[in-house]
Amino acid sequence: MSLRRFLRRTQWDRDRSEEIESYVRIETEENIARGLPPDEARAAALRKLGNRTAIREQIYQMNTITFLDALFQDVRYTLRALARSPGFTMAALLTLAIGIGANAGVFSVVNCVLLRPLPFPKAGQLVALHQDAPGAAGLANAADGLALSPSMYFTYAEQNRTFQALGVWIAGTANVTGLAEPEQVRTVSVSDGVLQALGVLPAAGRWLLPADQVPQTPAPALSFSGRSSAVMLSYGYWQRHFGGDRSAIGTTLIVDSLPRQIVGVMPRGFRVVNAEPDLILPLAFDRGHVILAGFGFNGLGRLKPGVTISQANADLARLLPVWMDTWSNGPNSNGRWYENWKIRPTIRPLKQQVVGNVGNVLWVVMGTIALVMFIACANVTNLLLVRAEARQHELALRAALGAGVARTIRSLLVESLMLGVLGGALGAVVAYAGLRLLVAVGPANLPRLSEISMDARTLAFTLTISILAGLFLGLIPAFKYAGPRIAGALRSAGRTASASRERYRARDILAVAQVSIALVLLVSAGLMIRTAQALRTVEPGFTDAAHLQTLRISIPAALISDPLLVTRTQNNLVDRLMGIPGVKSVGFASEVPMQAGAPNWDNVFPEGKVYPGNIAPLRRFENVSPGFLHTTGARLLAGRELTWTDVYELRPMVMISEGLAREFWGTPSAAVGKRLRWYQGTPWQEVIGVVQDVRQNGIQEKAPDIVYWRAMMPDPFAPNGGLMVTRAVTFVIRSERAGTEGFLNQVRQAVWSVNASLPLASVRTMQDIYDESLATTSFTLLMLGIAAAMALMLGLIGIYGVISYTVSQRRREIGIRLALGAEPGALRWLFVRHGLALASAGTLTGLAAAMGLTRLMKSVLFGISPADPLTYTAVAVVLVAATVLASYLPARRAAAVDPIETLRVE
Amino acid sequence: MPRRESPLQNEMLQGTLDMLVLRTLVLGPAHGHTIAHAIERGSEDVLQIEHGSLYPALHRLEDRGWIASFWGTSENNRKAKYYRLTPAGRKQLSVQTTRWEQVVRAIGRILKPATE
Repeated sequence: MSLRRFLRRTQWDRDRSEEIESYVRIETEENIARGLPPDEARAAALRKLGNRTAIREQIYQMNTITFLDALFQDVRYTLRALARSPGFTMAALLTLAIGIGANAGVFSVVNCVLLRPLPFPKAGQLVALHQDAPGAAGLANAADGLALSPSMYFTYAEQNRTFQALGVWIAGTANVTGLAEPEQVRTVSVSDGVLQALGVLPAAGRWLLPADQVPQTPAPALSFSGRSSAVMLSYGYWQRHFGGDRSAIGTTLIVDSLPRQIVGVMPRGFRVVNAEPDLILPLAFDRGHVILAGFGFNGLGRLKPGVTISQANADLARLLPVWMDTWSNGPNSNGRWYENWKIRPTIRPLKQQVVGNVGNVLWVVMGTIALVMFIACANVTNLLLVRAEARQHELALRAALGAGVARTIRSLLVESLMLGVLGGALGAVVAYAGLRLLVAVGPANLPRLSEISMDARTLAFTLTISILAGLFLGLIPAFKYAGPRIAGALRSAGRTASASRERYRARDILAVAQVSIALVLLVSAGLMIRTAQALRTVEPGFTDAAHLQTLRISIPAALISDPLLVTRTQNNLVDRLMGIPGVKSVGFASEVPMQAGAPNWDNVFPEGKVYPGNIAPLRRFENVSPGFLHTTGARLLAGRELTWTDVYELRPMVMISEGLAREFWGTPSAAVGKRLRWYQGTPWQEVIGVVQDVRQNGIQEKAPDIVYWRAMMPDPFAPNGGLMVTRAVTFVIRSERAGTEGFLNQVRQAVWSVNASLPLASVRTMQDIYDESLATTSFTLLMLGIAAAMALMLGLIGIYGVISYTVSQRRREIGIRLALGAEPGALRWLFVRHGLALASAGTLTGLAAAMGLTRLMKSVLFGISPADPLTYTAVAVVLVAATVLASYLPARRAAAVDPIETLRVE
Repeated sequence: MPRRESPLQNEMLQGTLDMLVLRTLVLGPAHGHTIAHAIERGSEDVLQIEHGSLYPALHRLEDRGWIASFWGTSENNRKAKYYRLTPAGRKQLSVQTTRWEQVVRAIGRILKPATE
């Protein structure tokens, strides 16, 4: 009601004016009729009416909301004032836009990755079945814990009391043939319970059901899964290969040379934890073949409503002895042996599993960006202080004319709030652009990247920090200048010798704060640089990664079942690849270094050594081809590498890593000729070579102890002496042309000339893999680097601004001093000393703050301590030097003041 | 919503003027000029009001829905804004009149104590 009137008040006013005018006309006419002359008649009418403007004002005020009206006035005035000084406005708005934009951008990443629930119904109930096993070091590492074995899944799924649904899954790849070119696709194989726990309904068709999990043939040797015949498609795969046609359901897809019936399609964006599969397959565990071991499956579950994680942990811990007693590793094995592993369920919210350790990095980045924001605000506050100083005369005049303190504060706050909000609007644009860039660049280690967007919460955050920034900017000038100090202000605006110290205090404090924050950020960036340096000096165990092409080829049993033939095919592939011009050497292995996979871990026993209770540490097993280690560039420390003859003649020989050789026999050369074996009853293997340690799990992780087995070996599990081969292997090709399109075409032709049904997957150079393993460090370094650079620049601008301003305010004093014979050098020093004092105070507080804050970075550092003295010293020296420079420039201007000129102005 | 009132008009006078305007309009629609003169004449020129002060009063009354306005033509063919009483205004008039009479009686009793 009153708001409507408020908005229509101008029209009302016009209406009333007209009405009053009509009164005057009627009264005038009546007066004329009474016999007065026309001009006197009108004057009499106006007299009768009274003060017309007062009446209009009275009515206008009845219509208006005084506060809003004054606010609009202030806003209009501010906009005009800002438009009049475009330089100041641009500088302030750009600074704020970058500050707010960076914060909004990082916040939306934090929001989407860390704060928003996972895209599953009632996602809070979803958990990852993480387990610790301190007794199984190597197999169970700190990050991933001990994965589940199929038998554990059966026991947990069938006897738990705390889960609505529970299952295990594993990501992998499969070859799809018969559609177009053979294609290697990403798969997730799930047990019953996984889809039920996640609770995402299919977009078409149906889920995999318990019936699909029943194996149709017994599992082959060394496998727990029997044959199954169902498959679900991802939405993307369905669109790409079937154009989203519903009639695809029920048709047959050839997966790893076996026909499977398509039973359903999962909706767009469906993921299992971090895996984004093209196909979802049933695991179809064969109960008859399942043993205690086989800890390679990721567990996930949905808790019953109201069940806490510790209750679920207790429930599963209760089932561990049941599991040990129910299953076996074969005759003469004792399930209770696993008590040595000290397995302990440590269930985690599924979100924690998805987000991983990126949380630490993101919070560090968020913190640094907030600090940058503070520096940016301090700079704009400085600008506003200068402006308020320049407006002091105007403000004093206003006060003298009767403007209240509240009104003056309000007009100053309106100005800073306008800056904040306008800067925030620009900042939102900056953030949006930044996020588009981020998604386009797509850092490999950032989970949930596809979910990143600016939502209502991000916009609310942006608006909030804009307003807070606006208030922060305005408060200092407002309280400093709104006070009733009319006389002083009017006088001092005229002429002064030099200003009181107190006038600079606010700005000095801001400058000190800026320097100290910049120092904290520079130290963090410095620590990251040192981390990157430390990582670069680590010998990864391969050389010249850019010229090492890797690609993965798997030969399914349905395509070639005979193991010997598999090895011959792989050998053929090596020979054909060697034939490509420019290729120096070729090899393959079950995994290349730093490649995410599910490596094998098991015990080995050196000859003559007895472990109490037969518990030996777990070692990593790799199956390698002859020439593989030579191709990657791993140095041979003693002995020789395997040959194809060793492979085909099934000679009992292995190679081992340096660490293992030293542990068993003291030196690499002493190890050559010694023997070790897998478990009791398997043949002794002669150590023929020792290879340097390889950072198999990523550059930050300790190099594991590795046993390099032959690509083809007698199968100790097969009763009649079958052969054991690795069907999925990664080829490495050493060539100057690695990674080029022409080279990759020749590689494809070479592979297909051996067998046209073999797809190439994960085609990357070793450099890509290496960079990916450094992705977290690189990302943190980049973000902190940007933040620190911004902080340094803004901090220097802050110091420069303070000193320049001091110089400009003290021109007259300088003029007098010069006239009285002061040395220019001494004058310069006067100002540089001021800058140096600010820098020193800032550096000291900054160092103290950095000592405390950088401890939070511990998880992203490598090889250095958070209190690295070199970083601290270097940063402090650089910062002080930079601030001295920033204050020297205006100081030089001070010394160049012409005394005649300034004194004449007085 | 706080609204600033003119300091010249205290509440009593304001209410009185409102009442007089409403009373004038009982006889039929009229424009501002007519109302002002009607009040002056009706009071036998005792209540000399500044005619301008009538307009804020009219605005207020219209705002409260006691009178309604429309543009019409005056006796001597001038465009003028006419006001008429609304049913709410009629009710308000009787309420105010009653209260006014009570106040007058009360004040009268104090000024001239009963002599009987």
